[in-house]
Amino acid sequence: MKILVTVKRVTDYERKVKIAPDGKSLLTDGMSFVANPFDEIAVEEALRLNKAHGGEVVVVSVGPKDSTQEIRKALAMGAHRGILVTAETVDSDVYARALQQLVEKEQPELVIMGKQNTDDDANQEGQLLAGYLNWPQATFASKEAGLDSADEKAQKPGLVVDNGQLTVVREADGGLEHLSVDLPAIVTTDLRLNQPRFASLPGIMKAKKKKVEEFSLGDLGVDPAPKLTYVAYSEPKERQAGQIVENIDALVDRLRNEAKVI
Amino acid sequence: MSNILVVAEHNDGTLAKATLTCVSFAQEAAKRTGGVVHGLVTGSGTSAVAEELAKYVSVVHHADAPAFEHSLAETKAQAITIGADAAQASVVAMAATAHGKDTLPRAAALNGAGMASDIIGFAADSGLQFLRPIQAGNIIAACEIATERKYVSTRPTDFEAAEELQSPGTVQALTVNVPSPKTRFVQFAKVASNRPQLTEATTVVSGGRGLKDAKGFPELIEPLADKLSAAIGASRAVVDSGWVPNDMQVGQTGKVVAPNLYIAVGISGAIQHVAGMKGSKTIVAINKDPEAPIFQVADYGLVEDLFKAIPELTSKL
Repeated sequence: MKILVTVKRVTDYERKVKIAPDGKSLLTDGMSFVANPFDEIAVEEALRLNKAHGGEVVVVSVGPKDSTQEIRKALAMGAHRGILVTAETVDSDVYARALQQLVEKEQPELVIMGKQNTDDDANQEGQLLAGYLNWPQATFASKEAGLDSADEKAQKPGLVVDNGQLTVVREADGGLEHLSVDLPAIVTTDLRLNQPRFASLPGIMKAKKKKVEEFSLGDLGVDPAPKLTYVAYSEPKERQAGQIVENIDALVDRLRNEAKVI
Repeated sequence: MSNILVVAEHNDGTLAKATLTCVSFAQEAAKRTGGVVHGLVTGSGTSAVAEELAKYVSVVHHADAPAFEHSLAETKAQAITIGADAAQASVVAMAATAHGKDTLPRAAALNGAGMASDIIGFAADSGLQFLRPIQAGNIIAACEIATERKYVSTRPTDFEAAEELQSPGTVQALTVNVPSPKTRFVQFAKVASNRPQLTEATTVVSGGRGLKDAKGFPELIEPLADKLSAAIGASRAVVDSGWVPNDMQVGQTGKVVAPNLYIAVGISGAIQHVAGMKGSKTIVAINKDPEAPIFQVADYGLVEDLFKAIPELTSKL
């Protein structure tokens, strides 16, 4: 089966992004970037399904030109070819509409994406794309067997494809929901679907020869106007570190008589 | 078109508390637009839920049909756009629970509307600029939605539950004809628990890697939580290790909680965990590493071996 999988270039979630002095933008100096970690789980799942069912894994990204680095990383993990849609700033909606055009062009049976991009944490893109395409969706895909399970060690896919249908175990409030959707469909990945592999050295060498096509939003006929714009940024109110207590008696006393929470 | 539509969530015939927090956002939004608050209930045999919601909003649109027995995003999103038209809504809001996050963006796409996720308040004293956390909660951004109809999901911990109105609103039947969906509900594997829900509890006890293995939860965390009638949470590391179910993860990528008392046991305090609990009123950290970053956000810190400290704490409560 043909699977389209996203890799978005996002700010490194382990480093704090700083706000410009005027409060209207984020400082790009010293910013470092990584592939969206939820997308890496999506790539891993696509590769496992590919091993089981054959076909092709196409990696797509929408973002700045440097996003080719994240595409190459996914190609080094084993994906077959890449497509970059160049765009300087994209909101969730532009991102989803660009993907919609690629889906219509490529006609995959399945699109797998991270449940959220860790830069703006919107958690919208997969659902928007499903809405625009009128495809069924299964968000926050997970699996019953944990990341320490034998299935995971054997790199078994968590998504089950059978006879034009996909069964997905998804994370819901209070438990795991099992859904079955007709293909083609959109899946978004949660943290416990799989543990992404590292690229091997031969994988990295091979990736250099794999094809990466480039389009602009204009090439695809996508209106670049965002529907959501950020107008100002501020720091959240930080908590002050409190006091270190000597022992349990002192802790119980403070909780009872000072904080009055027990 | 100036009304606010709140999309309700219900479980086992009961209106979710998170929906009431979204109603209080809607009441403030309605003051700003000069409209009134409407509600939308979809379900099958859910009159009681619609009546319950009517205690809090002026008009409830009730789509009651077998097609809505299970809350599938594919069908519910269609009902939302029809409900939004019926309510003449300029803002469509839903609590940012797992269900809200799944459903609302799809409806926004069907409507061609812009959406702001996980909003925590308004940016100014008037108008419809919203605040939302980005970058794992390290930055608060003020945002604007360009489309006339605006979709927003609201973070339940940042709004108080609404109070009942003096006189209840009306319930109107909403007819929604949805084509047969391409999604089928198979089953729901519920995590059995007699404890309060993590996102609604007044006290939360969370465990981390410091517990050393999965036994730490039944042996140490559960007795303490029992004493405090607390919900139990966990750090991402221990959920990833499969020690506890996924839905117990507290953090930016899991659940955001804001109880009166949050006790972090053997949790180092990674940025993404702190983002999910720093709104708690009082934070206690128990960790044997005095350098653990969790102490920087804790009101009370105890540097001690948790295997000694937790049984002692449990016995003294």
